[in-house]
Amino acid sequence: MRASERDIRSHVDWIDLLVALDKETLFGDIHKEFPTHSGHKNEVSPGGGIVYDAALRLKPEDIGRPDVNLYPVPYLDVLISSLKETGHEHELSKYQVMTNTVAFGASTALIDYDFNIVSEAIRDGFKGRKAALGDLNVSAAQRGYDYIKSNFHDGFGYKLHSVPSKEKRMVIRGVQAIGIGKFKAGCAFQTYYPITPATDESEYLESHQKDYNIVVVQTEDEISAVLMATGAAHAGVRASTSTSGPGFSLMAEGLGWAGLTEAPGPVVILWQRAGPSTGLPTRTEQADLQFVLHAGHGEFPRIAVAPGDVMECFYDTFDAFNYAERFQMPVVVIADKFLASSYRTISVPDSNSLKIDRGQIAGESDLAGKNPYKRYEFTPLGVSPRSLPGTKGGIFHTTGDEHDELGSISENSENRIKMMQKRMHKLQLAAELIPDQKKVNFFGPQKADLTLVGWGSTKGAILDGMEDLEADAVRCNFLQIRYVSPFPTELVTKYLSTSNRKVLVEGNYSGQLGALIREKTGVVMDYKVLKYNGRSFSQNEVYEGVKDAIKNGSKEVVMAHA
Amino acid sequence: MLELKDYRTKVHNDWCPGCGDFGILNAIQMALFELKLEPHNVAIFSGIGCSGKTPHFVNTYGFHTLHGRSLPIATGAKLANTALTVVAVGGDGDGYGIGMGHFVHTGRRNLDFTYVVHDNQVYGLTKGQSSPTLPKGLQTKSMPAPAIIEGVNPIATAITSGYTFVARSYSLDVRHLKEILKAAVLHRGSALVDVLQTCPTYNDINTKEWYAGADLPTKTPRLYKLEDTGYDGTVKDPTDPNEVTQKKVQAMTRSSEWGDKIPIGVFYRIQEPTFEDMIASRMPAYKEVPLTKQDLYNRDVSGLFQELS
Repeated sequence: MRASERDIRSHVDWIDLLVALDKETLFGDIHKEFPTHSGHKNEVSPGGGIVYDAALRLKPEDIGRPDVNLYPVPYLDVLISSLKETGHEHELSKYQVMTNTVAFGASTALIDYDFNIVSEAIRDGFKGRKAALGDLNVSAAQRGYDYIKSNFHDGFGYKLHSVPSKEKRMVIRGVQAIGIGKFKAGCAFQTYYPITPATDESEYLESHQKDYNIVVVQTEDEISAVLMATGAAHAGVRASTSTSGPGFSLMAEGLGWAGLTEAPGPVVILWQRAGPSTGLPTRTEQADLQFVLHAGHGEFPRIAVAPGDVMECFYDTFDAFNYAERFQMPVVVIADKFLASSYRTISVPDSNSLKIDRGQIAGESDLAGKNPYKRYEFTPLGVSPRSLPGTKGGIFHTTGDEHDELGSISENSENRIKMMQKRMHKLQLAAELIPDQKKVNFFGPQKADLTLVGWGSTKGAILDGMEDLEADAVRCNFLQIRYVSPFPTELVTKYLSTSNRKVLVEGNYSGQLGALIREKTGVVMDYKVLKYNGRSFSQNEVYEGVKDAIKNGSKEVVMAHA
Repeated sequence: MLELKDYRTKVHNDWCPGCGDFGILNAIQMALFELKLEPHNVAIFSGIGCSGKTPHFVNTYGFHTLHGRSLPIATGAKLANTALTVVAVGGDGDGYGIGMGHFVHTGRRNLDFTYVVHDNQVYGLTKGQSSPTLPKGLQTKSMPAPAIIEGVNPIATAITSGYTFVARSYSLDVRHLKEILKAAVLHRGSALVDVLQTCPTYNDINTKEWYAGADLPTKTPRLYKLEDTGYDGTVKDPTDPNEVTQKKVQAMTRSSEWGDKIPIGVFYRIQEPTFEDMIASRMPAYKEVPLTKQDLYNRDVSGLFQELS
C-alpha cells in the first residue's frame, strides 16, 4: 500500500513501514531447499520501521538493520487483553487470526493516523450480521495502537493525516471500473468461464444483476463464452465476455465468426496474465498485444483498445460497445492482472455526458420497402443496416462461409473481393471516426531529450518515473498508445518523427508494441526497457531502466524487481 | 394466411440426390407451418457439414455457424430474445463429436429450444470418415479399416445430460418426423430429436434397404414406433423421484436397442423449469420482457460509484 497527498499512480520497490505478521515476511524461506524469496527486511528504507511479533524473541542483530526502527509488539498478548476486555477470552482459537488486526492497529499508531478513521474503516468491512465481529476487531486494533503509544516514544519519521477533499472520491479497481462501464453502456449479457484474474469482473456484474437486468452465464468453456455473447449480440443486446490468455486462445475461431458475420460485438475483455500456457497464472504481463491483433485465421476487422488506468477502463469499455455496434465488429479491451486487482483512490468519473450509439438498426418501417432485405448490402461506408431477429420483414441468413449481400454462401470471385473490402474498410472508417484524443495520450513538453513510449497499465509507473527523470534533469515526454487497432499511424508518426531518443517501456520479452510501431510507421525504438517476471513496473524501475539505457547505451534493459 | 411455401427459400440446394437431409428439411418446414409460427419469430442455427446448410433453405432468421458451435450461439440469441422460437440443426459429428461439450451443457441448462441431429454415422462433407455414432467394427465404403472404438448413444447421453424431451425419428418417414418435431418445438425446455438418416453417397451399410429390413429373413422393417408397443416415456409427476428414475431407466434400456429392432418415437419427456425460468427467478423483469425489448440505455450508475466511496 502506498499513500500520498497527491494521486498515486504506481508503486515503489522500497518499504517505509514493514508490518511483519510472521517470521517468513522478515527472512523469507531461504532455509528451504528451493527458496522463493529472501525476506522483506532488506527492502525497508533507511529510517523506516519494522513492526513484528515480540514473541519471535529476535535480537536487533538477528534482523541486522541498525538503520531502521524496530517495533516488537507481542501480538498474542495484546489480543488476549483485548478479548478479556470484551469477554471473549475463552474463544482465543476462534479469534486468533485477529493478531493481524493488532499489528495493523500498531502500524496506524506509528504514523499518527486518526484512530476514528481506522475504526470506521474496520467497521465498514463487517456490516450487518458481522457487526459484532467489527467491534471485536476495532478493540484489537485499539489495543495494538495503545501498545505502540505507551511503549515507543522515539517518534517514527513518517506520518499520515487525512486531507480534506471537495471532490467525491472512491476506492476502485479495474474489474469494477470495467463492470460499471458495461452497465453504463447498457450491456445486458455477460458470459465467462472461471479464470484468474477475469472472474471477479463477472461476479461483480452478477452481484448487481437484479438492479440492472443483466444475464450472466457461466459457460462450459471459453469457446462457448465468446460465441454465446456473439449470438446475443446478433440477436440485439449489447453482449460481452471476459477472460484471460488461456481463454482468449480458445476464443480465436469464434472471434473470426463474429468478424465474418459482422456481428455487432461482442466486447471481449482480455485480462492479460503472464503466459504462455499456464505461465504465472496469478501475475501480470503485457504479452498478448500481438495475439489480440492476429487471433483467428484469415483476415477480419477488429477494434482493440488498451486502457492505461482505472478511469480509462471505465471510459474505454463504454466506448467499446458503441463501436462494436456502430462498426459491426468484435472489440477487444486489453487490460491486465495489475489493473484488475490494484485498488486506486480516484475521483468519481462523469458518466452523465456519455452517449449511447447503437449504430444502424433497420426496424420494421425501414424494412417495409425492401424486398429482399440485404443484411450485407454494399454501402459507401461498408456498414450495412442490421435487422434484429424477430423483426417483421427483416429475415436474413448469415454464415461463416463467404457470402453475398443476402447472406447466402458465395464463392464468386468478384463478390469475395468486394466483401473483403467492405469488411476491412470498416476499420478505416473506425480510424476516421474515433477521436484522436481517445487514440493516444501525450504527456510532457512537445520537445524533449527523450520520448517514453508505452501502452496499458504501465502508464502510471511511466508518469511517475518521468517525474524522477525530470528531477534528474532528463527532459522527457511520454506517448501512451491506447487504440492499437485501428492503429493511429498518423498520430504516432507525428509524435515520434519529431522526437529525439525513443525509449520503449513494456511488460513483455520481445517489445511487442515496438514491433507494431515499426510495422505501421517504420519508426524504430532506440532503447527498450522490458519486464517479464510477472510483476508490474514500479516508479523507480522506470527511472532506473531509462537511466541505464541512456547513460550506458544499453539497447535493452530487463527489469527484475519482484 | 401463411402457406407452406412461405417457409421455403429460393437458395440453390446442392445436397446429393437421395440425401436424407431433404426429408429433415421438409419436415422442419412442415412442422413450422403446421404450428403457424410466423417466420420472423423463428431462428434456425446450424453447424458445419451437409446439414449446416439447412438454414439457407428455410425462410426464417438463419445462422450458419462454426463446426460444433451452433448451440452456444443459439443459446445467446435465445437468452437475448426469449420470444424467438429457436431450432438448432447439425450432423452427428457436429453435435456428438466436436460439439459434445456444448451438447451436454446446453441440456443441463434446459434452455427452451429444439436440437435436430442428422444422424447418419458418417462425415459426409469430408467424404465418409466414421462419425461418433458409427458402431465399433463397422466399415463404411470410404474407410480404410473398420472402426475400432465404440459409438456414442445419443439418446442415453441426452437423458443423463438433462434434456427434458428426448426423441428419435427417421428422415425417410417425414410424417413421423414432422409430428415429433412439432412436439419438440412445443415442449418447454431442451428437446433433442435424433434423426436416423441415410447417406447414399458414403454410408453403404445403413441404407434405405437396411432400415427397411431387406436383409432380414423376416423382411420386416428394423424401425418400430415406441408408441405402438404401449411405451409411455412421459413423466406424469416430476416431483416424484421414483417415477423420474423409472422413466429414465426405461428410456435408457430402449436406447440400447440396435440391430434387428430399432425404436423411434419419444423416449423421455418431463416438464421442468427452463433456464429462462431460472434466470427470471433471480431477475423478475426477465420474465415479462425479452432483453431486446427492455430499455437498458439510460442507466444511472451513480449508485455503483457510491458503493465504492
